[in-house]
Amino acid sequence: MKTKSRSLFDWEIVAPAIGDSFKKLDPRLMVKNPVMFVTMVGAALTTIGIFTAEPSLRGFVAQLAIWLWFTVLFANFAEAMAEGRGKAQAAALRRMRTTTMARRLHNGREDKVPATDLEKGDTVVCETGDTIPADGDVIEGIASVDEAAITGESAPVIRESGGDRSAVTGGTRVLSDRIVIQVTMEKGGGFLDRMIALVEGARRQKTPNEIALTILLAALTFIFLLVVVTLKPFGIYSATVFSIPVLVALLVCLIPTTIGGLLSAIGIAGMDRVLQRNVLAMSGRAVEAAGDVDVLLLDKTGTITLGNRMAIAFHPAPGVAENDLAAAAQLSSLADETPEGRSIVVLAKERFGLRAREMHELEATFVPFTAQTRMSGVDFHPNGSQALDRIRKGAAEAVRTFVETAGGAFPQAVQAEIEQISRRGATPLVVASNMATLGVIELKDVVKGGIKERFAQLRKMGIRTVMITGDNPLTAGAIAAESGVDDFMAEATPEDKLKRIRTEQAEGRLVAMTGDGTNDAPALAQADVGVAMNTGTQAAREAGNMVDLDSNPTKLIDIVEIGKQMLMTRGSLTTFSIANDVAKYFAILPAMLMATFPAIAPLNVMNLHSPTSAILSAVIFNALIIIALIPLALKGVAYKAIGALAILQRNLLIYGLGGIIVPFIGIKLIDLIITGLSLA
Amino acid sequence: MNTQLLGWIQFALYVVALVLITKPIGLYLLRVLDAEGRTWLDPIFRPLEKLTYALMGVNPKREHNWKQYTFAMLAFSLVGCLFTYAILRLQNILPLNPQGLGPVSPDLAFNTATSFTTNTNWQSYGGEGTMSYLSQMVGLTFHNFVSAATGIAIAAALVRGIARHSAQTIGNFWVDLVRVTYYLLIPICVAFAVILVSQGMIQNFKPYTKATLVEPMKVSVAKVDKDGKPAVDAKGNPVMEEQTVTEQNIVQGPMASQIAIKMLGTNGGGYTNANAAQPFENPTPLSNFLQMLSIFSIGSGLTYYLGRMVKNQRHGWTVWAVMVALFIAGVLLAWHSEVAGNPIHQHLGVAAADGNMEGKEVRFGIFNSALFATITTDASCGAVNSMHDSFTPLGGFVPLFNIQLGEIIFGGVGAGLYGMLVFVVLGVFIAGLMVGRTPEYLGKKIESYDVKMAMLALLILAVDILAFSAWAVVSKWGLAGLNNNGPHGLSEILYAFSSGTGNNGSAFAGLSANTPWYNTTLGIAMLVGRFLMIVPILGLAGSLVRKKITPASAGTFPVYGGTFFILLIGTILLIGALNFLPALTLGPVVEHFLMQGGKLF
Repeated sequence: MKTKSRSLFDWEIVAPAIGDSFKKLDPRLMVKNPVMFVTMVGAALTTIGIFTAEPSLRGFVAQLAIWLWFTVLFANFAEAMAEGRGKAQAAALRRMRTTTMARRLHNGREDKVPATDLEKGDTVVCETGDTIPADGDVIEGIASVDEAAITGESAPVIRESGGDRSAVTGGTRVLSDRIVIQVTMEKGGGFLDRMIALVEGARRQKTPNEIALTILLAALTFIFLLVVVTLKPFGIYSATVFSIPVLVALLVCLIPTTIGGLLSAIGIAGMDRVLQRNVLAMSGRAVEAAGDVDVLLLDKTGTITLGNRMAIAFHPAPGVAENDLAAAAQLSSLADETPEGRSIVVLAKERFGLRAREMHELEATFVPFTAQTRMSGVDFHPNGSQALDRIRKGAAEAVRTFVETAGGAFPQAVQAEIEQISRRGATPLVVASNMATLGVIELKDVVKGGIKERFAQLRKMGIRTVMITGDNPLTAGAIAAESGVDDFMAEATPEDKLKRIRTEQAEGRLVAMTGDGTNDAPALAQADVGVAMNTGTQAAREAGNMVDLDSNPTKLIDIVEIGKQMLMTRGSLTTFSIANDVAKYFAILPAMLMATFPAIAPLNVMNLHSPTSAILSAVIFNALIIIALIPLALKGVAYKAIGALAILQRNLLIYGLGGIIVPFIGIKLIDLIITGLSLA
Repeated sequence: MNTQLLGWIQFALYVVALVLITKPIGLYLLRVLDAEGRTWLDPIFRPLEKLTYALMGVNPKREHNWKQYTFAMLAFSLVGCLFTYAILRLQNILPLNPQGLGPVSPDLAFNTATSFTTNTNWQSYGGEGTMSYLSQMVGLTFHNFVSAATGIAIAAALVRGIARHSAQTIGNFWVDLVRVTYYLLIPICVAFAVILVSQGMIQNFKPYTKATLVEPMKVSVAKVDKDGKPAVDAKGNPVMEEQTVTEQNIVQGPMASQIAIKMLGTNGGGYTNANAAQPFENPTPLSNFLQMLSIFSIGSGLTYYLGRMVKNQRHGWTVWAVMVALFIAGVLLAWHSEVAGNPIHQHLGVAAADGNMEGKEVRFGIFNSALFATITTDASCGAVNSMHDSFTPLGGFVPLFNIQLGEIIFGGVGAGLYGMLVFVVLGVFIAGLMVGRTPEYLGKKIESYDVKMAMLALLILAVDILAFSAWAVVSKWGLAGLNNNGPHGLSEILYAFSSGTGNNGSAFAGLSANTPWYNTTLGIAMLVGRFLMIVPILGLAGSLVRKKITPASAGTFPVYGGTFFILLIGTILLIGALNFLPALTLGPVVEHFLMQGGKLF
């Protein structure tokens, strides 16, 4: 489900969002957001105030009312914009989920039923060209499947019974062969249904931090409500009449409408950003937790290393030229289609310009690797003779037996070389020709480019990385050192993983991990953030709280950043919103008191034109700032891995100090404009 | 030497002295607040401590969870309040009453009992004319000790909540109460009282001395009706009458022992009506300096205790620095305003050359009056050595503002620290979000429950002050007590309810608050401001103590240093102060501008 990245203000989203802004005025929806609910009640009171105001002030009160309604509508618009992006995606998904017919197996017979009628536990057959009707596990056969509908990836994937690649998703298409699938989903509870619900935000629940922030904002709103309500009697005492619209204007300017209006948009947009990276998060809570992660457990293969060992050096035995070793190694690998084999051919060509030759030209036959021999190589039949010339490469022990059986000796120097290579974390592959040991090929796990920088970044973010591998401690330690992970677990079993997660959690840390196999499922469920690979088993996908559709384990790092961004955006806009109050006080309070206490004029530091223009300017600023900040709310505050203190300083400067200064300028400008237009 | 320079020197001396006592007191608090802690007073107090537990039936080894702690504290305070109420009502038939003073009226007794139970020491009465020696020594002094100990106990409970992890209990209230009283308050007060006596403060049980005046004086005094309340005419103005005075009552009694705890425990209730401006209550510049220092001493030491307990001394010092910064700012503003004086007086040529001396003791002068006023309201002490009501508008703004911030600048003993920690929690919450992590305070996640408790404490402060003041300014009973109209009158009412809520006890004395209405409403304000604040704070402690501690990493920002300092000050000013700005604008701010324009109230 690759979504084309839409520009922020795509008309296809903006138009319905405008309509939704009005629909969201329903008080039953508004009441969920205390800040904006109070604003709406204020707008309603001010609207009534138009009719009770003195005729000379009616224009002013009417303008106030309009801008207060705008404040509410702008907040609704922000939320509708954020939802709109998800809705567009959901619509596309729905179109895809057509009324597929399923070929259900029933007592050995096949009958056709609508896919929506399938029950958990049913078995269905899919052949070339069929759309898989429901989520399930392959229980028979192997097939190539086009999952572009879900992942956006056009290259087909293999799905087969047993093992870690058995899960299939409803809505994907079988390209070749025949498979039998057991349905594992409840009716209407499939992957696609969940995805639609998620992107639509239908099941969106507030995240823990969002709840805490909402409490803070609601309490502030209540306090300011009290401040404004008690101002009325204080005014009576001071022989000053504060009209309801003016008090409402003060209230709306003081309560944190900026963050209150943008809060849910920030949450929805954060989920949307996760989705755009092709990750399905099961809840906002999971994304938020990703921002808190202290420890990342990463599988070595595929995440830290490319997954294949590569030849990096030839170490000839005493008395053997390196060139000869390379030639023998190349010969033994010519027909070896494993990545290791190909890498030996490539290295021989790079180092000694040895070109690949055709096997039949050499009159040789390839001896493939078997678990018994633990070697591969070639047998030569020069001129069809029986006198075999045999070249072998393989694990040290196997080759030693091979040489010694042939009557040769295994040189001490080669043995020493083998040990040294192992200590470096690389894999030694010994090459022999009949009874002569030629030398050792050094094979090495190749660490992905840029991964070290990535880990350094994580460290700056305060996140420790732990590499998990089945390798022996020696090899694991070497890779760990090269890739720059903070810690590693060698010879790790799934139980070890689970134990490690529990220990970290007991020490108060939040753990994230990626996994794909069925035996990863307990650990995925235990981790605070478990990202399952889409290529993985159904069990793994159920256990994790996120599914990566691209099956790229490195993406966990992106998710962590999105989680952090979501919190940062909320925190920064809260700070900005509260800091704005200072300027609004200086605009509104002198304006309210000017009539009774002209001496207070010096407090009008912005030198605003008149009391009405001052109040109006503050309210207009308060409304427009919501619109102005929608792009920031949707895109999120930029995250840089520079350490918490530096981020705090930066954001305090921009949103704290900026939040104090910006409204002074903004309100003054608006005052100049509305005075110029004779609006107040 | 010019007085400005003298002021600066004394100011520097004060701050240096404060720095020097902070660590020793903090270290001593660490021992006192540890049930197993050892002090050099153990030989004297250990047996007494054990005896006290035995008499009370307390098992000192059994700690309380937050609900048990709260219940014990509330129950103890209720009993203590009733005890004092009874003594005041019955003082005429109880011993140690050489002046033969009658029983205290019900509303005044309620007001006074709550006032001393809540560590407020708001005095609707004049001490020397109302209270017998027994009332002063037992009824009131008892609370001077235990209300201070209660405040310290609660601060310690909150600090334990922060420092411990994955636990349930936050200490034993009875143990904290007893240990603080025995090991901290009593010994320091004994020593302090002796020093005060050396300065000329009295300590005896003699009846008041009658002195014949050299020259009889004619004075105009407010007429008092038979209930002992100011008589008012049909318009509600006080009735004045001429009296010729030929002799004077000179107050006597056990003063030094009272004053020591009055300052150290940030109680502030004066032995005499003139409080620390009375020559016996504050005889010398040294006694003045020591009294001011003792007000901040425990509050300052508690910040060190905080740092030690949470194993982050820099955090303790940063909190201390925030308090000092706000303190210095307040002193400078008050001092400057008082030195600038009243432009109208200056124009008329009736002002003292060096500023506003109205309501100030000539012995102390402007700087020491401004300093004392700032200190007594930074803390919730409420002792005064000058009349805040007579300060210039901005000079009077400082004490009022200090109280409304919640008296978190060293504050009432214990109360200052837990009030400040509420702002720390809120600051950490907002800043934590800004760095992209679920906010953590010293490794503990700040979640919705904690935010709720912190905001509840702020909410109660604002509601208590604003709602009562707003009611008073538009009601007959509220306006009846006012001696000044206009914005100054508003400041007086605002000050009364701020002082009551904040458990300060000082007053803008222009308000005649000894009426049934004021006695009752202020009594309620004091109860709400004390106990409704404490419950959410102990709730916060109970929530924090259960949490796990996440080890600090590069992803968590440090709660010490310059950035945190700015963050905390910003949080205090933006979240704590903005609520009171409109009311303050109508009071002292408007008054200031009107005074500049030539109008007085």
